Amino acid sequence: MSIVMLVSLAVMSLALCLTFIRLFRGPSLPDRVVAMELFSSILVGMMGVIAIATGVSFFLDVAIVVALMGFMATIGFSRFLERGGPRDD
Amino acid sequence: MIDALVAVLVLVGSSFMCLAALGILRLPDLLTRMHATTKAATLGVSLIMLGVCLHFAVEAVVARGLAIILFIMMTAPVAAHVIGRAGYFVGTRLWSGTVRDELKPHYDPLNHHLLSGLEEDDGRPDTAASGTRATDDLPGHDAPDPDADRQKG
Repeated sequence: MSIVMLVSLAVMSLALCLTFIRLFRGPSLPDRVVAMELFSSILVGMMGVIAIATGVSFFLDVAIVVALMGFMATIGFSRFLERGGPRDD
Repeated sequence: MIDALVAVLVLVGSSFMCLAALGILRLPDLLTRMHATTKAATLGVSLIMLGVCLHFAVEAVVARGLAIILFIMMTAPVAAHVIGRAGYFVGTRLWSGTVRDELKPHYDPLNHHLLSGLEEDDGRPDTAASGTRATDDLPGHDAPDPDADRQKG
């Protein structure tokens, strides 16, 4: 594993930590949903870097699944917010 | 040559992701946070997947990488639109330095109707429930109306 991949993995781990702070102390639920979406995007990027570093291309399948799950979770949370929010009709 | 290009792509992509995380931590508002995360994270994932495609250079892997790029670029605007809409309807507070909320004089949070400002008085029966709005929508009163509504609200 070369030094470039290590540096980029460290930078993305820092990004994960910053996102987790917002996920932990976000003042409202939409902030947390946005943080979760960014979380899944950073995970997709990390899987791409790990696929380069290890030479195993099957990580890309896992990355597709993680991206799909992040999108579906965002859609589900926003539907839940619109139907069950404090201003429900 | 290819390795140097892959290294540059991966480093730039990961730094864009770090910028997105910094934006979601530092920016003051839901909409500004979405503005930071959606574009920067999409660009970061796209650059990293482009680096993956260049590194492997096999048809199946390149197809997967381009599929991930296409999927991210198709789903990120949809997800941002849907969560921004839900956040506005739930009533998250905007930043105190927000200059202008253009949706506020046209959106009625009680009956969930969105007015364009060009309706006639005999439009839908639901919009007549809010009394001031039916008279405010007359043409000719267009210019001072948003200010008056913002002063009230």
